[in-house]
Amino acid sequence: MISYIVKRALQSVLVLLAVGFVAFGMFRFIGDPIDNMLGQERTDADIERLREILGLNDPFLVQYWNFLKGALQGDMGVSFRQGRPALDIILDRLPATLELAMVSATFAMVVGIFLGIYTAINRKGPITNFILTTSLIGVSLPTFLIGILLIYLFAVELKWLPSFGRGDVVPVGDWWTTGLLTASGLKSLILPAITLGLYQMTLIMRLVRSEMSEVLRQDYIRFARARGLKERAINFRHAVKNTLIPVITVAGLQIGSIIAFSIITETVFQWPGVGLLFIDSVQFVDIPVMASYLMMISVMFVGINFIVDMAYLAIDPRLRGGKGGN
Amino acid sequence: MIRKVTIAAQAALLASTGLVSAETLNWARAGDSLTLDPHAQNEGPTHALAHQIYEPLLIRDMTGQMVPALATEWGPNADDPNVWTFKLREGVTYHDGAAFDSEDVLFSLERAQSEDSDMKELLNSIKEVRAPDASTIEIETDGPNPILANNLTNLFIMDKGWAEANDVVKVQDFEGGEETFASRNANGTGPYKLTSRAPDSLTELEAFDGYWGKGEFPLEITKIKYTPIKNAATRVAALLSGEVDFIQDVPVQDLGRVDADENLKVIKAPQNRVIFFGLNLGDDDLTTDDVEGANPFADKRVRQAMNMAINREAIMKVVMRDQSIPAGVAMPPFVNGWTEALDTIPSNDIEAAKALVAEAGYGDGFTVTLHCPNDRYINDEAICQAAVGMMAQIGITVNLDAKPKAQHFPQINNLETDFYMLGWGVPTYDSEYIFNFLVHTKTENRGSWNGTRYSNPDIDAKIVSLASETDLAKRDATIAEIWAAVQDEILYLPIHHQVLNWGMSNKVETVVDPEDVPKFKYFTLN
Repeated sequence: MISYIVKRALQSVLVLLAVGFVAFGMFRFIGDPIDNMLGQERTDADIERLREILGLNDPFLVQYWNFLKGALQGDMGVSFRQGRPALDIILDRLPATLELAMVSATFAMVVGIFLGIYTAINRKGPITNFILTTSLIGVSLPTFLIGILLIYLFAVELKWLPSFGRGDVVPVGDWWTTGLLTASGLKSLILPAITLGLYQMTLIMRLVRSEMSEVLRQDYIRFARARGLKERAINFRHAVKNTLIPVITVAGLQIGSIIAFSIITETVFQWPGVGLLFIDSVQFVDIPVMASYLMMISVMFVGINFIVDMAYLAIDPRLRGGKGGN
Repeated sequence: MIRKVTIAAQAALLASTGLVSAETLNWARAGDSLTLDPHAQNEGPTHALAHQIYEPLLIRDMTGQMVPALATEWGPNADDPNVWTFKLREGVTYHDGAAFDSEDVLFSLERAQSEDSDMKELLNSIKEVRAPDASTIEIETDGPNPILANNLTNLFIMDKGWAEANDVVKVQDFEGGEETFASRNANGTGPYKLTSRAPDSLTELEAFDGYWGKGEFPLEITKIKYTPIKNAATRVAALLSGEVDFIQDVPVQDLGRVDADENLKVIKAPQNRVIFFGLNLGDDDLTTDDVEGANPFADKRVRQAMNMAINREAIMKVVMRDQSIPAGVAMPPFVNGWTEALDTIPSNDIEAAKALVAEAGYGDGFTVTLHCPNDRYINDEAICQAAVGMMAQIGITVNLDAKPKAQHFPQINNLETDFYMLGWGVPTYDSEYIFNFLVHTKTENRGSWNGTRYSNPDIDAKIVSLASETDLAKRDATIAEIWAAVQDEILYLPIHHQVLNWGMSNKVETVVDPEDVPKFKYFTLN
């Protein structure tokens, strides 16, 4: 069992190293940060001097090695764009992204499960058809279009909600800032949270609907009905509980993608999180920030997968054997 | 029914009161300032924010005229043209209350000349700066520099005491890796002081009570909230919904939408930026063409034909939706040296152009690659697509290679492109600046943006002579000579001058700054 854990941990480290390797291999094709950094009055001598200072003349393996050496000591390099430590910038921006991700995940779970149950119980009817059709449209439209449509409707035409930004934020503790405690912060969250969570919501709704339809056909439900239990008790006490197990597994894994794929939503709504930071960094070719962001995302995914693996290990005794999993 | 009316009334009220209070201005543009350190970055949005907080010795007002700021008088000494004397404004204080004097100017100019400064190229003619007394500064240059003052309009003055107290005597550098106090804090003499800043998110400014210019400038805006909004559609939506009062970078396709709104307006003016194509005319053979052993661009007739084939009117009408001014010379109209005759656009005569190409021996046509940015200039990629069609009319097959600016510009710099798009703004408003970067042979210190491989020792000598020619009439004559040569050689194929569009609430009154730098002290409110 310990060998299994060690093996998994080693695999995780290997994945992280590979992500960094691929990332540094790609950075060379994104472009050259020098012109962005020096402005139009630079001479060829300035360019050479700065390239040397930043180590851009080194082969990418050397650049990668230097980055790893720094990263192990907690130094992720200094942003080319802002001249601040990359880690500080990411930590500054992380609360905005995590807050948005949490709110949209909650929205996706609550609304998705509710609509899933509703459409499973009422298999036909105009409301069910409406929900299924709209959710299909919602999931087929690209995120940026949904965002722009919501902005147009609720910000430009109705003027109910703000079109951009995070509203007023208040500090909580040392580095966390929250928009959940101010009226403008809450209002600002609504549109981006819906935009970001819509896809996951549809996914969860459809999953719940099909799982629940399956469960409702099971023998024990039929027996319950034959015993004369109330519909409400059958649906909510027996059916839903058995439906939710796979749903929770999927939803947990989806949280990672919500954080990772918030890039587009953040760009459309000028949400000051790490996704927007990443886009700015790609355009500027801000290598330290790009590398730190990619490492952070891969640490997150690797971490989630590691925990899931460990959970399986706890649940499934077959994995605990000497041979380990494959 | 009553409720509906109330909601409608509220909406109308919201729409009409674009400004939260009468004096706050919500300002948005595509990008944020990169740093508050005034000498660390020589870049548009960075200078635009700095201009509200810091001041140079002299500035350009919103019409491009040079006017006094921290200096009241300036000029080269009558007896020695190598020395300029600046009389400094008296009674000026910084936001923290410290007094401004010549020590600060001395300190700031030295700081801006230091190795990590991004402003040092503009000051490379300076030999020594002296402060004979508290309100006088003398700048000695290597040789006479008739346009020294033009180079100082973005050179901000910092308080020496403040810099020393906060350990920011050195310019923020990327080497040390430490964020300096000056990159996140500011203490200038300007009309607005910084109250809060979250980079890439929100910067708040407040009118400075002790500003020397009170009574001299409108200063009607007392608070500024500046948010970068990257996505163009979101930026326009924020203006339409009344959340911001003033935006820069209005996308051309949304101009009509903003102008049609009764509470908003769009104002425009020619920008200090010209867009053009460069050609590799110096190499013996091109790498991206299909002609073996010869360089078709080296033949002047081919360049002439290409210049004639570009239909500038069509690009203006179709690609730019009338938001451009067709150009005949690679020089914005504000610049010293510009004449209407130089900027006359060549006739779009396809038959004559074809004949020229045939005469040059390329009657069967040839293929070449055009490199183009896709995120730098207004509709840059679309302009290049239009050019591909226009070149096809005279038998030149152009393969378009459009890339982000971070990949495009290094190609020009590394001489890896034979045919490329470039835009050029001239902060000094003088032709010498264009020649230094675009016409002079590419050497270590000059010609760094000259991707044409053009090298002419006579022209180079003339360009160098401009730096120290104090007889302005003679200098202007040399400028005209160089332009005549550049035009005769068809070194560049000019396309157009960009037009700047600012969108704003009807409450805001201003003119468009040709360098895209709003100076809010000049803004008035209705």
